[in-house]
Amino acid sequence: MDADISASAAGSVTPPDSDPGRKRRAHGMLKHYYGLNEEGKTDQPESLDPCDINGPHFDPEVFLNKLRKECSLAELMDQESCMVKQIRALDSDMQTLVYENYNKFISATDTIRKMKNDFKKMEDEMDCLSTNMAAITEFSARISGTLQDQHTQITKLSGVHTLLRKLQFLFELPARLNKCLELQAYAQAVSSHRRARCVLQQYSHMPSFRGIQDDCHAIMDQLAQQLRQKFRDGGSSAKDLSECVELLLQLDEPAEELCDKFLSHAQSRLEADLLGLEAELRVPVSASVPITSGDPASSSASKALAAPADEGPAGSTPSRTLLSPTSRTDILEFIDRGCNEFVSSLCLVIASYQELFINRPQEGELASKNIPQMANGKLHSFVDALAVRYFTLVERRIQEEKGVGDNSLLVRALDRFHRRLQAVSKLLPGSAVPSQGTEIVVRAARERIRQYLSALQSFYLDSLTDVRQALAAPRLSVGGAGVAGAGAAVKDASPSLPDLLTSLSGSILNQIKSVLASVHLFTAKDITFSNKPYFKGAFCSEGVREGLVVSFIKFVCQSSRQFCESAGDRGGTTPPALLLLLSRLCLDYETSTISYILTLTDEQFLVQHHSPVTAVTALCSEAREAAQKLLNHYVKVQGLIISQMLRKSVETRDWVNTIEPRNVRAVMKRVVEDTTSIDVQVGFLYEEGVRKAHSSDSSKRTFSVYSSSRQQARYAPSYTPSAPMDTNLLSNIHKLFSERIDIFSPVEFNKVSVLTGIIKISLKTFLECVRLRTFGRYGLQQIQVDCHYLQMYLWRFVSDENLVHFLLDEIVGSAAHRCLDPAPMEQSVIEVICERG
Amino acid sequence: MEDDAPVIYGLEFQARALSAQTAETDAIRFLVGTQSLKFENQIHIIDFDDENNIINKNVLLHQAGEIWHIGTSPADKGVLTTCYNKTSDCKVTGCAAVWRMPAEWESGSHESPDDSSNSPQTLELLCHLDNTAHGNMACVLWEPMGDGKRLISLADNHVLLWDLQESSTKSAISSSATLEGKGQLKFTSGKWSPHHNCTQLATANDTAIRGWDIRSMSQIYCIENAHGQLVRDLDFNPNKQYYLASCGDDCKVKFWDVRNIGEPVKTLEEHSHWVWSVRYNHSHDQLVLTGSSDSRVILSNMVSISSEPFGHLVDEDDLSDAEDNGQEEKCKEPLQDSIIATYEEHEDSVYAVEWSSADPWLFASLSYDGRLVINRVPRALKYRILL
Repeated sequence: MDADISASAAGSVTPPDSDPGRKRRAHGMLKHYYGLNEEGKTDQPESLDPCDINGPHFDPEVFLNKLRKECSLAELMDQESCMVKQIRALDSDMQTLVYENYNKFISATDTIRKMKNDFKKMEDEMDCLSTNMAAITEFSARISGTLQDQHTQITKLSGVHTLLRKLQFLFELPARLNKCLELQAYAQAVSSHRRARCVLQQYSHMPSFRGIQDDCHAIMDQLAQQLRQKFRDGGSSAKDLSECVELLLQLDEPAEELCDKFLSHAQSRLEADLLGLEAELRVPVSASVPITSGDPASSSASKALAAPADEGPAGSTPSRTLLSPTSRTDILEFIDRGCNEFVSSLCLVIASYQELFINRPQEGELASKNIPQMANGKLHSFVDALAVRYFTLVERRIQEEKGVGDNSLLVRALDRFHRRLQAVSKLLPGSAVPSQGTEIVVRAARERIRQYLSALQSFYLDSLTDVRQALAAPRLSVGGAGVAGAGAAVKDASPSLPDLLTSLSGSILNQIKSVLASVHLFTAKDITFSNKPYFKGAFCSEGVREGLVVSFIKFVCQSSRQFCESAGDRGGTTPPALLLLLSRLCLDYETSTISYILTLTDEQFLVQHHSPVTAVTALCSEAREAAQKLLNHYVKVQGLIISQMLRKSVETRDWVNTIEPRNVRAVMKRVVEDTTSIDVQVGFLYEEGVRKAHSSDSSKRTFSVYSSSRQQARYAPSYTPSAPMDTNLLSNIHKLFSERIDIFSPVEFNKVSVLTGIIKISLKTFLECVRLRTFGRYGLQQIQVDCHYLQMYLWRFVSDENLVHFLLDEIVGSAAHRCLDPAPMEQSVIEVICERG
Repeated sequence: MEDDAPVIYGLEFQARALSAQTAETDAIRFLVGTQSLKFENQIHIIDFDDENNIINKNVLLHQAGEIWHIGTSPADKGVLTTCYNKTSDCKVTGCAAVWRMPAEWESGSHESPDDSSNSPQTLELLCHLDNTAHGNMACVLWEPMGDGKRLISLADNHVLLWDLQESSTKSAISSSATLEGKGQLKFTSGKWSPHHNCTQLATANDTAIRGWDIRSMSQIYCIENAHGQLVRDLDFNPNKQYYLASCGDDCKVKFWDVRNIGEPVKTLEEHSHWVWSVRYNHSHDQLVLTGSSDSRVILSNMVSISSEPFGHLVDEDDLSDAEDNGQEEKCKEPLQDSIIATYEEHEDSVYAVEWSSADPWLFASLSYDGRLVINRVPRALKYRILL
């Protein structure tokens, strides 16, 4: 029971009672009785127990039975007293509650009674109010009824007023427009007219309006005229111009026409620039006419026409300094002028045009006309047409740039040219102009490479001419010194040969390097066009490497070969020393120079080989081939010179009726001398080479063999009738054991081989000439003497002395065959004669 | 292949002069003239038996002197000319004469075992070509395909046209021309063109080749510096009238179109020494034979400038023929200018080469040591040309 009371006592207002616990409990119980659950705590399990004395299902019978069954008597007694005590407490609680609430009831009843009285009074007042209101409404309706008429009249009047103002505007319009025209307030005029335009249009059937409209039209026409005039004059600022265009557009002026006018106007200005450029192109040329022709009086127009033709030779005259003619403005200046005048004004035109016609906000009907597209097309064709003219001028100027001296100027000019065109490309994204400009630069670069190549080539040829002259000069002194001093003189002069070679190859290499350096400017980092794909790839590999370097090397080989071919038929117009020199040059190229140059090029230009390029080995083999050919040719030419001497000496003599030999013939001495000088000459440029070992005194020993045993074997049987067979047999046996000799065979790159070749040719000629002649006794003996002399001196030059022996044997043998009276000379006598000589 | 092996014949003497017997079209016959200052000179008549690969020789004595050049009459098998050196009183003069072979040489041709015991027969002199006024004879040319009545001789700087009369026993100069110029001009060789009714002649002196019109005896063209050095020999293309081959001391063989003498049509540079002789094949003018003092004979196939077109059209017959010669299938691709063969049988300078007049596939070459070599065109090539 205590637990229940405490649970239900929460939240109750504590009455001013001495025992709050009691009071609370009673309050809770009452509440409980009325089914009020405090603060919604209904979920408290309701005790269904019939024995719960506080529960709603309390059954006194059950409770009593339960007590009686379960409790002892004492407990029952206790229970009974406790129950009595509780009943008493409850009764007293009830009494106090009734007392407490009684006063409250009484006051509430009083209040209600008072309210009843007040409401009655208020009702009366409300009634009075409603009657008043009804009266007011009635009055108001009467007033508005009376004012109605006046109100409509006022409205009408105000309508008329506005109409009249509009009409006034219309009537004043022409005057106003005129005034605007006078004040040049075109914008105001146009806006006024625009406002009035449709009204006038609508009421144009009425004569008065018609008159106004006509007046307006006339004025507006005048205005448009003035605007157009202003537009045409073009002296006005860009802002004025744009305003002008805008107004004209608003005046329904056809946009196309405006574009055309604008462009044609711009064109005239740009054309003036172009003409200025063109004049610049022409002026220096005509100025140069008197210089080239030396006839200033007749420098007429025809001269000016002929001038470009004159330009060629003037530019290509071998000027060692390779400087362009100074009389004209240089190309950088020209391009500068072109950029500053033409390109910049072109940009201006493009910009203002775009602002006027393309980029302006479109409003109203103008938008529908698709002006930007049309205008853009016009602009493109305009720019293209002008650019083409400009480009032709630039190209003409570039083409005149023939001197290959200062490449930097051209490169800078091209760079500027290219750079300025970028501005155009920015302004006019779809234009072909920049690409065409790049094209021009590429062409110029190509042309430049060609020029450098030809400059290199002419430099090479000039160098060769110099070498030729240098070679010819000492040669003259040799001729002056006479035959005896020839060897010595050649010795004096010849040290220049290696010097010439080094200076020649050095100067060529330097020239190549300087050309490479010049060409390298095209790919410099600060040049705008250097990162174009062409300059990164094709320019380096195809242009510089193939077009310049490889072509030049090929040219060197080619021209060297030409020396062999052209000179071959005409009998050596080239000095042999030059052939030798060139052969060595080509050989040096093969061994080192080519790879050096190509490596240099590749390094400088970072050549990436997209397309197949000429391999170093191919060039080397070409150079080697040229060297071989030159050397072969040298051998041939030198051999022929000596051959010619021998041949003349054999052919022009009457060998049948000659006197007994007392001397070696002068021609043989000459042959030995020439061979010696050739030996010296070749020795300067080529290594010694290998020769077969020979005995300590080859000249003596072998010769004695040849003369004593073989000669006798040859000639002795000739006196018997059965001899010929034996002679043939002997010589044939000899041939069986000797190798076949190729006379004009390729030689190796060394001195011995070269000299062997020359001597072979000479002696073979000697042999063939001897076979065509008939000899007397002394003729044969003279040949013997000559051959012995040759034997004494020639063996030392050749790789295999047996070769000389064999050929000389053959000569003497043939001479003996061709002899009418073959009586050979005593060997000792021959030796004496030779040694005396 | 054994068939293709060269046949070699040795003379006792040195020799330069070689000629085919032009009038003989059945037997393969060459004439060789010897050069000896000490002994009787001889003319060897070499008969080649193609089937048995055997050489038959006959020797005729040529007592006048050493022979530098032989020419055979195109009309009469028995008639020939020689240019020879006559030595008398320490003077050497070049002479020329017309000879007739003794009629019975052929009967005694079957070699008796001891040839020397049989005293060889002697040539019968028909007439001398009197040159006392004109200097040394370099060569004598018969009118090609003529009746054996007209001759041209080149003597020093003179061109002499001879008429033979009374069955070649009398000779008379009918016209002559002289080459004028500075220095001593001397003809080295010449050729009578078989074209244009035999009215043209080409001569060589020093480095120049000159053409002559025989009717007017005037020069019609001149190729100056035809060769870098001396021009040694000439030959006309037998089938193309304006084509001419020349060779010389610059080791080159050049082919000319005489209508355009600025540049040779073709140049061969295969020899390693002077080229002494050049000969077109009489029927297949792409075959060109050259002999040189490098002891080699070279046979070249100059298809590009021959009268025969490149690559024949192959018709049915040719196809069946080609099947018969199965190994020759490769002949169908067009031939290139090329060297067919280099013959190295000689050991001394080869001064003369000559095609046989009877067998177009056969040729002889003669070297200074007296060795005569008879060769054939390689059979493979022969079939390629024929088929």
